Amino acid sequence: MRWIRQRLLGVVAVLVLVYLFIPIAVVAVLSFNKPDGKYNISWNEFSIDAWTNLCGVPGVCASFMTSIRIGVISTIFATVLGTMIAFALVRYRFRGRSTTNLLIFLPMTTPEVVMGASLLALFLNLRFPLGETTIIIAHIMFTISFIVVTVKARLQGMDPRLEEAARDLYANPQATFRYVTFPLVAPGIAGAALLGFSLSFDDFIISFFNAGTVVTFPIYIWGAAQRGIPVQVNALATMVFLAAMVIVLTAQFVSYRKRKALQLPPKALEAALPRS
Amino acid sequence: MSESSGRNIEDLHLKSLTKKFGEVAAVDDLTLTIPAGSFFALLGASGCGKTTTLRMVAGLEDPTSGNIVIGDKDITHLRAFQRPVNTVFQSYALFPHLDIFENVAFGLRRRKVKDVDQKVNAMLELVELGPMARRKPSQLSGGQQQRVAVARALINEPDVLLLDEPLGALDLKLRRQMQIELKRIQVEVGTTFVHVTHDQEEAMTMADTVAVMNAGRIEQMGHPADIYELPQTVFVANFLGQSNLFAGSRTGQSGEVIMVDSHGMKFSVLSSRNSARSDEIIVGIRPEKIVVRDLVDRDNVPSGHNILEGRVTDVSYTGVSTQYVVETSWGQDVTVFEQNVIVGDRCEVGDQVILHWSPEHTFGLAGGETLLHKTAQVLAAGV
Repeated sequence: MRWIRQRLLGVVAVLVLVYLFIPIAVVAVLSFNKPDGKYNISWNEFSIDAWTNLCGVPGVCASFMTSIRIGVISTIFATVLGTMIAFALVRYRFRGRSTTNLLIFLPMTTPEVVMGASLLALFLNLRFPLGETTIIIAHIMFTISFIVVTVKARLQGMDPRLEEAARDLYANPQATFRYVTFPLVAPGIAGAALLGFSLSFDDFIISFFNAGTVVTFPIYIWGAAQRGIPVQVNALATMVFLAAMVIVLTAQFVSYRKRKALQLPPKALEAALPRS
Repeated sequence: MSESSGRNIEDLHLKSLTKKFGEVAAVDDLTLTIPAGSFFALLGASGCGKTTTLRMVAGLEDPTSGNIVIGDKDITHLRAFQRPVNTVFQSYALFPHLDIFENVAFGLRRRKVKDVDQKVNAMLELVELGPMARRKPSQLSGGQQQRVAVARALINEPDVLLLDEPLGALDLKLRRQMQIELKRIQVEVGTTFVHVTHDQEEAMTMADTVAVMNAGRIEQMGHPADIYELPQTVFVANFLGQSNLFAGSRTGQSGEVIMVDSHGMKFSVLSSRNSARSDEIIVGIRPEKIVVRDLVDRDNVPSGHNILEGRVTDVSYTGVSTQYVVETSWGQDVTVFEQNVIVGDRCEVGDQVILHWSPEHTFGLAGGETLLHKTAQVLAAGV
């Protein structure tokens, strides 16, 4: 009994991780498959064809690049706007501030289907031609909320005394922002931008409504699913996953290095004393 | 840094300085001159307005009315970054993304001063942190961070250095060490230091002048020893050290000696040591000035001394001294500190004792019983 009790937590943890990673593992493993027929769903034969010939299927790479482009452009706009909104909400008291705070959350809570359909109705009414521009507008709209929330959290966590100290040390408002505020908030902004990009890259529903004839990567996969998904899609998806892992691991490694550097050499006697 | 002591340092004047938050005056019509080159301590309980005063001098808070003047230059309306004043913040507020060198160099770089490297290195030498120049603040201990904060402010050669509870975050041993260190630095650079603290011992050890603040006003100001020996208000008597206070009324005067009756006891107060203007007088005595003796020693009490009888209710031996709590006939507790130099028996709990002290140590304060109660409540809530 005790043997089980001592190991129960570990066993459950491993099971949960397995549950989380099996789908990703399936995607990755099947990228090395040579399907027997149209559907890449059961293991047939090992092959690296999909990896050596990534753009071998018409439309795959084009849609992938379209999604990257849309993601980058909408992230840049949303990050700049979202950061400015976050600063305004945290730093200034103005009429309509709490309303703005509330409205910012709205796109996060609205069902995507509703938002996609409403935007389509709007664009049609305005006779705005559907295409990459409309997708980008839509993406900026819904990623901005997430960026505002992320940057706001970082700003609120910042000690206001640091900016006071800068002012006290002859930094005018511009210098205070440039040398103190921005460097301290930058990690939050970078995190927000990554989040924004992944939301944009990954979006299907809203893009589908407003794409016109443009095919993004998720739209391509959806279309391909009807006829059998090419193995290249698995390979590209695995690449995206690996890229994300590299980013996460790099961040972890950097903070680990920083933490290690914090350990003072034993000769520093004061190190033993509690820090404030 | 010796060349900097040749600088022309000037007095800091606060003129009718007032700061209101809504209806509440945090600082109330404060007028004060802080002499150039002095180590000045603003002492008070939390919420007494001392930090607000400091922030107004730094330019981080706008006064509701009044003026701040250095020498003959009015700086009331200058922005924080335009003032020849620097601050050591309570939590140090070191820039976490910059190393120690860049933290210290920050002010010089903003003012585009030349020879940054040389100046920063000299300053780091002064605070004995040379080898730490390339570390980040989070890699230093509390005491080292404290010294960086001082260096970062002092390198700008401000007319006035403001210190906001600078030692509050340090443990007791390190605090003592830093008190001496700060005093040494102040003597070396000669800049005016304005030090805000709630720690009366810290204020007394470091400052040449202490101002005790309460409810937005200064209660008493002067050399630490003068304030301690002759407090002028009930608040000061209780906040700066401890005091035994007896509310009473004046019954007569012979020459220099005022007679006060309190709870049927007769006390003598020298008129030069009495700050009460009316006949209502609070008689005060510091615990270490009282001599505690067995009742049989009554005849050995020097003539003219104030005398009180009571019963010992508590004895705590603290090594250097013994602290007695003695209950008077009307139920008031009197605290007595006795140096442990006596050979033989100490008094024990339950002993009937006689307390006596010299009028030279006695002081008279304005106020009555109600003021005593009120001040006790304020102190209990505030500290």
